[in-house]
This record gives sequence, C-alpha cells and structure tokens, in this order.
Amino acid sequence: MNQASVRFENVSKAYGTVVAVREVSFEVAAGTLVTLLGPSGCGKTTTLRMIAGLELATAGRIYIEGQDVTTLPATARDVAMVFQSYALFPHMTVQENVGYGLSVSGRPKAEIRRRADEAMATVGLAGYGERLPAELSGGQQQRVAVARAIVLEPQVLLFDEPLSNLDTKLRRRVREELRDLQQRLGITSIYVTHDQEEALAVSDRIIVMNQAVIAQAGTPRELYEEPASRFVADFIGDANLLQAEVTAVDGQLARVQLGASSLALPSRGMGRGPATLAIRPHAIRVHDRPADGANPMEVSHAIYLGSHVQYELDGAVGHLFATAPAAERMIPKGDKAWVTFDERSVALVPA
Amino acid sequence: MKIRQQDRTLIGWLLAGWLGLCLVPWYAQDDGLFGFGWAGADFLADRDMAPALVQVLGHGRLWLLPLALFLALPLPALLSARYTVHRANLLITAGALGLAWMAIQGLAVDHRGPAAWLAPFVPARSRQYSMGAGAVLVGLSFLFTLTNGLAAKGAVKGDRFVAGSIGLVVGVVALFVFVPVGLVLLGAVRDPDGAFAPAHFVGQFLDARIWGLACLYGNLRCGVAWNSLLLAVLTGLSTALLGLAFALVATRTAFPFKRFLRILTVLPIITPPFVIGLAIILLFGRNGTVTQFVADLLGIEAGRWIYGLPGVWFAQTLAFTPIAFLVLIGVVEGVSPSMEEAAQTLRADGWTTFKTVSLPLMRPGIANAFLLGFIESLADFGNPLVLSGNFDLLSTEIYFAMVGAQHDPGRAAMMAVVLLAFTLVAFWAQQRWLGRRNYTTVTGKGDSGLPLQLVPGLRHAVYAVTIPWALLTVVLYALILVGGLVEVWGRDYTPTLRHMVAAFGVTRGEFGLVWSGTAWNSFSTTLAIALIAAIPTAAIGLLTGWLLVRQDFGMKRAFEFGTMLSFAIPGTVIGIAYILAFNAPPVELTGTGIILVISFVFRNMPVGVRAGIASMSQLDRSLDEASLTLRASSFTTMRRIVLPLLRPAILAALVYSFVRAMTAISAVVFLVSAQYEMATTYILGRVENGEYGIAVAYCSVLILAMLAVIGIFQLLVGQRRLGRRSAMPVAAPVGVVP
Repeated sequence: MNQASVRFENVSKAYGTVVAVREVSFEVAAGTLVTLLGPSGCGKTTTLRMIAGLELATAGRIYIEGQDVTTLPATARDVAMVFQSYALFPHMTVQENVGYGLSVSGRPKAEIRRRADEAMATVGLAGYGERLPAELSGGQQQRVAVARAIVLEPQVLLFDEPLSNLDTKLRRRVREELRDLQQRLGITSIYVTHDQEEALAVSDRIIVMNQAVIAQAGTPRELYEEPASRFVADFIGDANLLQAEVTAVDGQLARVQLGASSLALPSRGMGRGPATLAIRPHAIRVHDRPADGANPMEVSHAIYLGSHVQYELDGAVGHLFATAPAAERMIPKGDKAWVTFDERSVALVPA
Repeated sequence: MKIRQQDRTLIGWLLAGWLGLCLVPWYAQDDGLFGFGWAGADFLADRDMAPALVQVLGHGRLWLLPLALFLALPLPALLSARYTVHRANLLITAGALGLAWMAIQGLAVDHRGPAAWLAPFVPARSRQYSMGAGAVLVGLSFLFTLTNGLAAKGAVKGDRFVAGSIGLVVGVVALFVFVPVGLVLLGAVRDPDGAFAPAHFVGQFLDARIWGLACLYGNLRCGVAWNSLLLAVLTGLSTALLGLAFALVATRTAFPFKRFLRILTVLPIITPPFVIGLAIILLFGRNGTVTQFVADLLGIEAGRWIYGLPGVWFAQTLAFTPIAFLVLIGVVEGVSPSMEEAAQTLRADGWTTFKTVSLPLMRPGIANAFLLGFIESLADFGNPLVLSGNFDLLSTEIYFAMVGAQHDPGRAAMMAVVLLAFTLVAFWAQQRWLGRRNYTTVTGKGDSGLPLQLVPGLRHAVYAVTIPWALLTVVLYALILVGGLVEVWGRDYTPTLRHMVAAFGVTRGEFGLVWSGTAWNSFSTTLAIALIAAIPTAAIGLLTGWLLVRQDFGMKRAFEFGTMLSFAIPGTVIGIAYILAFNAPPVELTGTGIILVISFVFRNMPVGVRAGIASMSQLDRSLDEASLTLRASSFTTMRRIVLPLLRPAILAALVYSFVRAMTAISAVVFLVSAQYEMATTYILGRVENGEYGIAVAYCSVLILAMLAVIGIFQLLVGQRRLGRRSAMPVAAPVGVVP
C-alpha cells in the first residue's frame, strides 16, 4: 500500500465573507492516523474536503507526498474517502459499488472482480457481493464504504465522521476495526470527528480545531495532559477551569496557589502572576473532614452513579465538578466538604 | 507525446473545430444542418458549400481567416508540459476572441453586403449566408476552449465538465432567449423605417388602443393592456380558489373519488389549446346545446354572449384550475398536521384552527397559485383566439398586428414589450417573494399527526363548488370525443365518420395505402418535431438542474433566473422575437423545422430544470462526491450515478416536453411554414374556416395519441433498481409549472 504525507501550508477557505478555515498549517506523517477534532462548524470537515479536492482552497498550498495538489480536482487526486452517510450507490450491488473506482479507471473486468473480492474480504464482507446496499445492516454498509475506498489503494484515506450513523455499542467495535485495518494496511489516514473519546481511541495524533483555526495539535496524551488553551482543556475530557496564582517558578516547576492548596506543576514557560488551572474531575479528592491544605467547600449536588459519585461543589476557589469512587459514605447535598488535588491531573493552561 | 487525461476532451474539441473549419460547409445548406447532400458534391469548389478555410483561400472571404488563427492559438498550450496560468490564459484568450470574431464577422458581412467599417478591406460585393454546420462546430470548439481555460484557472473547482456545461447552457440560453427578446425590445424603440426613435416609442406606448380607459366612461373599448390585466386577475383568482377547493377535497375530506380528482390534473397537459374553447362553443355558442335549450325555453333569440370576457374567463378557468390544484395539493399537504393538532389542544375548534393556523400557512401557496394563473392567462393564446370576440387581448392582438392585414411589426413589438413587462413582474414576484416561503412549509419530514378534516359547513361549501365543476369538465371532454362524430353540432346530430375520414382517411391506392386525410401531414410533422424536441429539452433541463443543485459557481442566482425566465416569456413574444432574430443571416432559421425544435426546447426548458432540481435535491450529494473521490470524472459521475438514479425525472421531463410541444400554439403560429405545419396550426385553420367538426375530431385524436405516447415512454424509461428500501420518493413534476 502506498504511504504518503499530507501537508497544509497556510490554507484558507472562504465562502464569500465567511471564513471556514483560516491560514491552517499542519503535516500528517506517512502511515499515521490523524484526527481532526472540534465542535461543529469549526472547519474540520472543510479541511478534510480540501484534502479530497471536493473544495478548493482560496489561499495557501496543499501537498500530498510533496506534490502540490492545491488546484487538482477530486478526480485527479490519489485520495479516497469514507462518507458520513456512506454514499453507497443505491442502484449498484455491493460488488459494483466496491469495483466502481476500478471500473471508471478502465481496469479489466477480471482484475476488478479480483480486487473487489479482496477488498470485501479485507473488511470481512466476503460473499455479500450480490446484495444491494439497502439489504445490508448499518455496520455492513459502513464496511462496504471502507472497502470501496481502500480498493483503489489510495495514498491517503479520509474518514468523515464514519461512525456517526451507528448505534453506541457498534460504534466502539467498528472504531477498533477501523484502527486495526489502518495499522494493518499502514495507510495514511485522516479522520474527522466531533467525539473526543473516539478521537483519543483511534488517533496517532489529534488536531483540535476551533473557529476555523487549529487550537492545538499533538498526541492524545499531550492534548489531555498539556492542553494549550482553555478551549482544548475543556473540549478534551472534562475540566474545571479555575483562576490561580503562580507564586514562584523554579526551572520547569511552578508553585501554584489555589485557595488553601499549594501545588507543584510543570511551569510550561509561565511566569509569576495570575494563571488558569485545568483540573480534571477525577483529580479532586473530596473529604468529609478538614485536612492539611484542603479547601473548604459546600456540596451543591451529589449524584450516585454506580461506579462512582459525582459532586458539584462551591467555595472560595469557585465552582468544582468532581468524580470520586463510590465510597461507603456519600457526602449529602448541603453538607460541608474539603477538597485537595492530585497534581498529576492538574495542568497550567497558557491561554 | 503523452496525452494527459484532462486534455483529452480539449483535444477532441479542437479537432472538431479544425474539422468544422477545413472539411464541413461553413454556411447553412438547403437540406438543413443534418443533411449531407454536400458530401457527395464537389463541395470544395462551390462558393456556397465550401468550408471556411477554402472560403478564405479560394473564394476571397478573407474575414474568415482570423478564425483559423484563434483556433491555432491553443495548440502550443497542449505542448507545454505544465499547467500554468499562462497556459490557461492562452486558452481563455483564444476561445473568447474566437467567439467574439464569429459574432462580429457574422454581423458585419450579411446578405446585403459588408458593413461600412469593413468595406475598405473586403470586396463590396461580398455576401454571407446563414452559418451552418461548420460554424456550429467551430463555435462549440471556441466555447469549450474558453471554459477549459477557465476551469484550468480554478473556476468551478477546476472541473472541466462543469465549466463546459455552464458555458454551453449560458451560450444557448443567451443565443435563443436573451438575444431574440432583446431584439424585441430594440424593435419597439424603432420607427417603421428601422431608425432609432424614442419619441415613436413613447407615442406607441401611450397609444389609446393599449392603455385607453374609454370603456369606463363612454361606449368605446378599453385599451388592450387593461383587458389583459383584468382577465389575468380574474383568472388568477378563480383558478386559485377553485384549485384550493379541489385540494381541500383531495386531502382533507373522505371524498370517495379522490383518485378521479388526480386524473383531472393530467388533463391540461394533454389538452390541445383549442379544445376547451371549442367545447365551450359547442355548449354555449350561438348553436350550442345549452344556448339553444335556454333560448327555446325562454323564447328568446340565441345570442353570442359567450364571446368576450365571460367566455375567455370561463375557458381559462377550466384550463388552468388543474394547474392551481396541483400546486395547492402540495401546499395543503405541506401544512404540518401536528401544528393543527397543537392548535386543537390549545382549545381551538375545527373552524378556528382552519382559519387561524391552516389557512395562514397556505397563504403563500395560494398567492403562488394566483400568480401562476395570472401568468398563464396573460400568455394564453388559444382560448382568446376562439372566444375573445371583440374583447381584445394582448396575446392575440400581437398576432394580428404581426400577421394580419394591419402588418405593423412595431406595434406588435410594442405590445409584446407590455405583455412581457406584465409577466416578468408577476414572475419576479413569484420567484423572489413567494418562491422561498413556499418551500419552508413543506419540510419533507415525517409527521405522525393526522390531517385535520374539514368542518361540515366548509366541507359542504367545498363540495358544492367542486363537484359541479368537475362534472362540467368531464362533460366538456366527452363533448370533444363525441363532437367530431356528428354531422354539424347544434343542428344535425346524425352520427358520421365524415370528419374523421376527411382528416385521417387512409385509402387503398395504386401503390398501396395512401394517407389521403388532410391532417396526416401536420400530424406526422408534429409527432416528429415534438419527439426530436423532447430529447434536448430534457437533456438541457436536467443538466441545468444538476448544475444548480450540485455545483457552486459565481452568479448562480442570475444563472438560475436566466434559465427559468423563458417560462415567463409568453409564446407570442417568443414567436415575434424569433422572427426578428432568425429571419436573416448570420443565423437564419425561419421556415425550417429547427426553429420549431429550438422554440420548444427553450419554452419548455424550465420544466426540465424544475424536474431536475426536484429529484436531484433528493439524491444525497455525497453520492456524487464519493464517485468523484473514486477517480470518476464529473461526466462519468453524471452518466453512471446521477442519471440512473434520475430515471423518473427523465421520464417526466421527456413526457412533459413532448406533450407541451404537441399542444403548443402561441409561438408556433409565427414559426410554421408550408413545409412544417403543426397540428395546432392546422386546427386553428379549421376553426377559422368554421370547420368545427374536423377541428374537434383532430383534437380527440391528438388527446388519444398523447395518452398512448405517455404510456410508451413509461415502458421505455423503466423503473429504478433500488432494492428493498426503494421508498425514496421522487417527485413526479408532471405539469408543475415552476
């Protein structure tokens, strides 16, 4: 299978006065799976469609494996796409759908047959060739869409929210299958989703987009543990965003004061002064009695959820959302509580 | 040299251009565009048959030489290795200059000789005739070179097929709609000698025969413009109200014969133009059954009361109510039942709900139906011709001013401008003001609610209006089928096949069967021309629909408005426009069958566009995109994905354009020639001679023939293959005018 890198250089896309993508630059290394993640309207789908050639950039350059494809139409690009709606041709059988790309490229019939069969076998649909798309389940249709895309052995494979039409349980299984397939074939893939859990699960790297620009790019771990902005901290997993004070910086380590608590955190290049903290809900320890360096709070909501307990707490440091293991005793609503923080899941947020 | 895939079509078109320049006659030949009489002759030597390049070299027509230069200009671009802006600019320049020069030389040197500015360069006796097959090929070659260059510069996402399609549609619409109509406007500001004369225009425009109001205070007649407006408003109102009543019966009552009501909607499409007028004359004319019955009963003299406003209004209401019905069914069904249910849970009773919720939601649709009836009435030609009597109307007055004894083309053009202004304003209002609101009520979303049934009082009122009207319609159509089979309607009801035989007789002659009936000639011509016209109509209509739904490009709204515009241009205006535009070189088409085909294509194109838009909107756009990312070109996508899924729309567009062409009269009446007589003009001739028997017999044959053709089309186009879940509804827009 081909492997190719994809590179964006200051790419913009405007529809009249509305800017859908603003001066975006990134590179996708060959053979990796990179996810474009963001809320709806952030420009991630437009970015994907510009890679496919279904939209042409209004400024900037796009390269696939070093070749400038900025003005090439979709037909001329070596890229295949799995659509959100699957876009299976309803008047063709599964076999004809999968073989379509080969057929329009003028390949001989025998080769079309053989390679379509291979692709169907790859996605586990051998023997379904004569069915019509309407006769398959949603998950099967999704696999046909994948088979149709990989049969051309494209340099780049694009996924536009491929799981959004599947029910929740199927979604988890299919995303693992997709990831396995991508790694087995070693094909450069770009994946669009608005579901951060899905993004964390399948990606080598994630590009988080917001309001037409890239908010942050990095590995799933980097994004979760070192969010570059309040937006990223909040979008990837839940986070409590609180105002705190950096009291001292010692090389890589910053001393941060949050109410009564004093935390030692990676400084991430920040100096002394006010700063924003992103605190994951599970990093908050909720105690029913005062402790050293603990902040006194009042419990405003306490919800029992089986595996864990959810608290909402108010106090001098602000409003907190916390999850705690379901202990024997739950602190009831209206009672006092004291919170401390697990420094490993607290991060200073630069912006 | 390796030919790049993307260059193949460009090379093909350039080859076609050179073929047109070097090997195909440049000028139109007597045996038509597709006649190949020249191929056998020594056509290179003949002044009239030679291709353009030979015309330059051998016959001194030097002004054709630049065409060869502009056609040679793109050739270096094919050799250049890279796609550069320079290369694209070269293509654009070559195409644009080539097209421009074709137009300039065609206008500069015509059948009367060269224009003044060209006189120093060419012999004074230079003449040119209408452009022919060679010119068509060269013109297309320039057009697609231009669009190829534009696509190479990134227009329409760099898609050459889309760029070429847009160029083609814009080109043909400009040539066959805008240029002719523009010439009508120009014609109106010239005096009878052809000089530019604004004062003459103002004088003509304010003519009492157009705008006079004498009927309000004297015994004189009012201006023809007021007559047309009054009739159009009355017809718009009556058709909208009747249409609403029928739509309510069909959707909101337990009326047992609903299927029958749906059949009514097909009637206006298959009804030849004079049928309703004739049937009304058979019933209410001086010798009409009803008139005589009433006259005998009351002992009064049978009058000609039906001729004039009452008759035309009556006929138009009968003719156009089914159209309003079709529009309003969609509107009434589009009112979400859950809104009505919501109103009822808020303590509104049935009548209050209808009055405060349902009716206001339908209001834009009702206004839309009114405007459609208004436009149809203004453009109507057949009914006024047989029924208007002394009540002059614009559409018929234009005809009489053009072809009658008055022969005053300036006045005809003037009235055409007035008529065009009326219809365009109504069309503009319909598109801008109502078009969009209308869509919002029909969401297409599933709604589990049940449509509210009409309250009893309203239901009875609606029944009281619709049932007699439906019965009257049935009687009129029965009359047409029977009326041709009696001696003389009104006087002698002896059954006879005399009229049938006169029109459609077949006798056994010396050399086998002889089509001895007088109608065979026009009948076969009509069938052939309508069939030929149906194919480009559907093709251009669906292509345009596809461009509008699937492609984004600059000026798209203007493009859409331009392509839909020909719906609002009355046929009589198109008729005059075509005579003004295509009666002399560079494009001379009058007297040919081609001009009939072209007029049908552009008159009926909006229907194809609507059909294409309606069904294309229901095909998921990602189907096209999936095909594109799988390396299929736009053209392949169109052929293998879009067209197979659009079969119902293709059927509808084909059938509709066919039957419209069969029954067209208004534009046709200007364009027919001895060689190409159409059924409708033949019937018109019989009506003018008072030979109602033959006219009525012919009409019934036409209706049956059209029903048969619709059936055959249905079989040919076939059913879509979509598997189990084929419930994807595709609107069959038969008869839905925009």
